[in-house]
Amino acid sequence: MARKKSKKRSAPLDKDFRRPHTESMLQLSSNNVTQPGATLVDLRRGDSATLDCIDLTGEDARRLMELGFLPGTEITAGRSAPGGDPRVFQVDGSEIALRRETARLLKIRFPRKSKNS
Amino acid sequence: MSACNGCPAAPVLEFSGRKGAVPPSARVAVIGPPNSGKTTLFNRLTGLRQKVANFPGVTVEQHTGVAQLPDGRETWIIDLPGVYSLTPRSEDEQIAHDVLTGQQGDTPKPQAVLLVLDATNLARHLMLAAPILSLGLPTLVILNVADDLRKRHGHVDLKALAAQLGAPVALISARQGEGIDQIFEFLAGAMPKPLLRELPVLQDVPKCREWAGHIGNRAKYRPPLPPKWTRRLDALFLHPVAGVVVFAFVVILVFQTIFNYVTPLMDGVKWLFAISGNWVASVLPESLFRSLLIDGIWKGVGSVVVFLPQVLMLFLFIGILEDSGYLARAAVIADRTMAKVGLQGKSFIPLLSAYACAVPAIMSTRTIENKRDRIATIMIAPFMTCSARFPVYMLIVLAFVPNNKVLPFLSTQTVAMIGLYALGFVMAVFTARVLKSSVLKSSRTPFLLEMPSYRWPTLQSLGLRLLDRSVVFLRRAGTVILLVMVILWVAAHVPFSHGKPPALENSVAGMVGHTIEPAIKPLGFNWKIGIGLITSFAARETLIATMGAIYGMDSDSADDYNNQDLQKAIHRDLSTGGAVALLIFFAFAMQCISTIAVVRRETAGWKWPLVQFTYMSVMAYVGAFLAYHIIG
Repeated sequence: MARKKSKKRSAPLDKDFRRPHTESMLQLSSNNVTQPGATLVDLRRGDSATLDCIDLTGEDARRLMELGFLPGTEITAGRSAPGGDPRVFQVDGSEIALRRETARLLKIRFPRKSKNS
Repeated sequence: MSACNGCPAAPVLEFSGRKGAVPPSARVAVIGPPNSGKTTLFNRLTGLRQKVANFPGVTVEQHTGVAQLPDGRETWIIDLPGVYSLTPRSEDEQIAHDVLTGQQGDTPKPQAVLLVLDATNLARHLMLAAPILSLGLPTLVILNVADDLRKRHGHVDLKALAAQLGAPVALISARQGEGIDQIFEFLAGAMPKPLLRELPVLQDVPKCREWAGHIGNRAKYRPPLPPKWTRRLDALFLHPVAGVVVFAFVVILVFQTIFNYVTPLMDGVKWLFAISGNWVASVLPESLFRSLLIDGIWKGVGSVVVFLPQVLMLFLFIGILEDSGYLARAAVIADRTMAKVGLQGKSFIPLLSAYACAVPAIMSTRTIENKRDRIATIMIAPFMTCSARFPVYMLIVLAFVPNNKVLPFLSTQTVAMIGLYALGFVMAVFTARVLKSSVLKSSRTPFLLEMPSYRWPTLQSLGLRLLDRSVVFLRRAGTVILLVMVILWVAAHVPFSHGKPPALENSVAGMVGHTIEPAIKPLGFNWKIGIGLITSFAARETLIATMGAIYGMDSDSADDYNNQDLQKAIHRDLSTGGAVALLIFFAFAMQCISTIAVVRRETAGWKWPLVQFTYMSVMAYVGAFLAYHIIG
């Protein structure tokens, strides 16, 4: 798998990323706090968050950005294939399906009151 | 950087414009993001028929056609693959880039550009305007999908946008044909160069997006409301349970309709061939020529042509699914299987189009940046059930599977047919798994698939598809198959003994069949089927033509065959086990010269086509052997 971990970022939470929904993290997000390690995988259907950074190498990140996954953009999780993978995300006026393995590399933050469903 | 640097970048140029006429001097390129409607517009402008689908990544080569301007002049129109930027990564993007910058050897640099953007997603699509305008070529910015924009209450100030971009802007609907005259006006006019404004650093995507956002704001762009119906339909099609049920229902419906409602139509065509053949036979005097015409061509080619209604119905369904946007959802549902065998989601699009024909499917693997993934996809594409296998399957299933009901809406024939389609898919998945865990192991690239909004398929688009398929089908019948039939007829009529053609068994064709009989006997095939197997390596459906011709010429079976009833006649030569073996042989074998040629071209060498041919032949032989011996 091409999961290139960024060298700068330590990844102690990496194991947790496999969990479909890290509830505990979301509950921390009451006051405009940037979550360390929250990713698109943590979004449930209907949830929105702001993209913080893309943990991918140049070309792959560029492709994502061209499709609208730019840092600072609001992303809403949509429906998914049975089993939750891949999931459709609403971003910048279009709907893009991403596999979980890719969504895991897109770090998010919850700038305003997050809809903690 | 593209991972495909080693592959041949030379695309086939299809100058399918008018032959004989003086080629027009002006050249205009159509470019835009994937699924923005370039090809629909191209078809509008040129009257040519390109395959269009509501699916990103349909055009992988450049296509060229001629547009006639109102004043009678003509212009080349070049349809380019969809790109999000001009930074080339995959081979289709490379083609678009090279054509626009004049680096494509055989295509001179275009004089002007038609930039097609989706008006319902203008802010993001405007990002492409920056690199295109910086080329300095005269550019018309075309905002497509005007009908949808209005319906969903979006708005854009065209004058302000044109002023911001320094280039003329037209709001059109290529599907409805609205606003096309503005494009002709641009093409016939002076075609001014764009006034170069401040453009962002092209390599910096966030800056480009910011720039596009500013332009959109100043042009008072109001994005349309979210597509209500698309959301509603997705709630059904991407529902965890209902989505899968709908998927299965759609597949069953397609085949059930073909068996129950189209087969009578086929009988009609069969009858037409039979009576017209009998009439011609009664008019012409007894001669070798009559024998060639009736036994070789009429019965041979005719037995393939009778499958035209079914093939068309299959393509009508595929067309509806593609044009409506459902296939993109099907791709999402099926992606998990692809991921499990190590294939990326992008392989799905070529594999889907391989259901029509492996040749365009293999060409469309150019959208895959990773070379190993691309070769893996090329290797498995010929396992998908192409439309040339379809008539062979139809013939054997109609002949050997009784039409009983399993469920009120499901017959045994439908089950058999779906099983055959599944068999090809399973084999493809198995092969991918083997390849991806051994020689073609590679790192994964992200799976990205844009979900288009659902749209009603237009009658025009569906009609054009069917017309196209008919032409392809009949052209094959009239060229490759006809040629093979003439050769077969000659081989079946030499050597002359006592001034008379020999019995089929003693002819060259018969001898060839007898020579290979020991090799195919273990599969349950006799020498007659053997002749069919040999000819079917030219094209799969030639098997049907060959059997038709053989039964026409062979005195033994001629009685069974006087009504072109191939289904009855073939029972003489195949047991049930042999029929299953034959189906499996056709599911696995690579009996297609065009596919071998295109694999050689796309992989730049004989290595992969040889590996593929050997692998598929071994699989076909072993599979058929096992089937014959298990079923008996």
